Amino acid sequence: MHLTKEEEAMLAGEQGHATQKAMQILVALGRIYEAKRLVKVSSVQVSGVSYKNLGDAGLEFLSELAKDGKARVKTTLNPAGMSLTDWKSQGIDSVFAEKQLQVIDAYAKLGVEITCTCTPYLAGNEPSFGQHIAWGESSAVAYANSVIGARTNREGGPSALAASLTGRTPLYGLHIRENRVPTIAVNVEAQLRFPEDFSAMGYFVGRTAKDGIPYFRGVQRASLEDLKTLSAGLASSGGVAMFHVEGMTPEFGLGAKNLEALTFTRKELAETDSLLNDEGAPDFVSVGCPHCSLTELETLAKLLSGRQVMREFWVCCSREVKRLGDEAGYSGPIEASGAKFALDTCMVVAPVEELGYKVVATNSAKACHYLRNAGLKVRFMPLEECVAEATRSG
Amino acid sequence: MKLRGRAIFEGKAVGQALVSSSPMSFYGGVNPETGEIVERGSNLAGQSVRGRVLVFPYGKGSTVGSYVLYRLAKNGVAPSAIVNAKCETIVAVGAIISEIPCVDMVDVTKIKPDARVRVDGATLEF
Repeated sequence: MHLTKEEEAMLAGEQGHATQKAMQILVALGRIYEAKRLVKVSSVQVSGVSYKNLGDAGLEFLSELAKDGKARVKTTLNPAGMSLTDWKSQGIDSVFAEKQLQVIDAYAKLGVEITCTCTPYLAGNEPSFGQHIAWGESSAVAYANSVIGARTNREGGPSALAASLTGRTPLYGLHIRENRVPTIAVNVEAQLRFPEDFSAMGYFVGRTAKDGIPYFRGVQRASLEDLKTLSAGLASSGGVAMFHVEGMTPEFGLGAKNLEALTFTRKELAETDSLLNDEGAPDFVSVGCPHCSLTELETLAKLLSGRQVMREFWVCCSREVKRLGDEAGYSGPIEASGAKFALDTCMVVAPVEELGYKVVATNSAKACHYLRNAGLKVRFMPLEECVAEATRSG
Repeated sequence: MKLRGRAIFEGKAVGQALVSSSPMSFYGGVNPETGEIVERGSNLAGQSVRGRVLVFPYGKGSTVGSYVLYRLAKNGVAPSAIVNAKCETIVAVGAIISEIPCVDMVDVTKIKPDARVRVDGATLEF
């Protein structure tokens, strides 16, 4: 792989230990994936934030890097394992909280913006078409590649951070136009009425597409919320990092000839719904995986206005969207109902299984997938039904 | 026998080969405190990676696996080297941040379990 003089200097340790470690990571990845050179990135989204996943070793690694490492490009952060300010009311124990705050301190020292959201594109990290970026967080990766047309591979925590500390990433995979063409077609015959239908469709298609690039035909319209949850579904059951929607997403014109095709009908939709539903009455309800948009807060405000929630109900979103919700008057009715904003975190990365809950109702197929892995039972339902479940007495 | 591969993280190490016939997941598959392999269905379940030249086709599972390798190293129970048929992101990043010598692009089926393996850069001798 070709390195510029400056990159060679980074690799030789002339710009500090953290930069050197970062460059070693990028060079190794570049060699494995046969990149010809590195490419400069305009932004980074770092995953690997929850102490639940990092453990002490991850914390130690970050603290070590923070001694002399600094972000060279705009860098935002994935959700943490708790709200950074209201962790006590979330029931988080103080040992976990202390460690989580140390992780956040290390990232802050590294110059990472403490956004703690999986939807950076709704919180100030908004790449434009064709820009090279290095993002972790699989749902945001799929969204950035597909809906925005920025270019990123699916980065892990350390490789995204390495890109931030050097401002570069190896030029391979989805950074190259030829690798962005679809690999499998999906003929959508089911009527997609709710964002949750897109979530289920993503989950269904991801299992077959694996790390390929699906090309959806027959989708008449899709909102930001639909595409956001489609991205999450595709990326959780499979390794999908990019998709196209005919007539809609910016690069669908790359061509979709002679593709093997899947069909998504009412039958597959119903099957996926039932696959994502366990037995049992929910004792915890959560929406916002990926983090809620302003439009979702508006819907929640309407649905919750004048009502009281009867069980724990988390509305997960970024501080930025919450702020907009405050200004628009949506946050008031939500909080008055007893629902809790879960900022900086979500039901997937917070240790919900240790908070004593057994059955979670949510409108996200991705959340169902990961909550089950953590040993919880799940119920998958549209946002409206989540609210009904949360406000149901008895 | 001598095999030449590609160095992912260059270094020297000697150890007894611990050979997994299937891809390995470090997150959930190896206990980061003890080094014990806990992955169900693994032919190595119950054995420790500590000080061994760990040989497996390639890595799989969560990217958090890189941090598990780092944790093994910090706890003094890491493998002395890693040998893969094809290294992928999780193992490569883990080996680099943990400074565990790592070589790939070698025919891992040639390495017999428990053979004494010497790793030097991109070369294996056993």
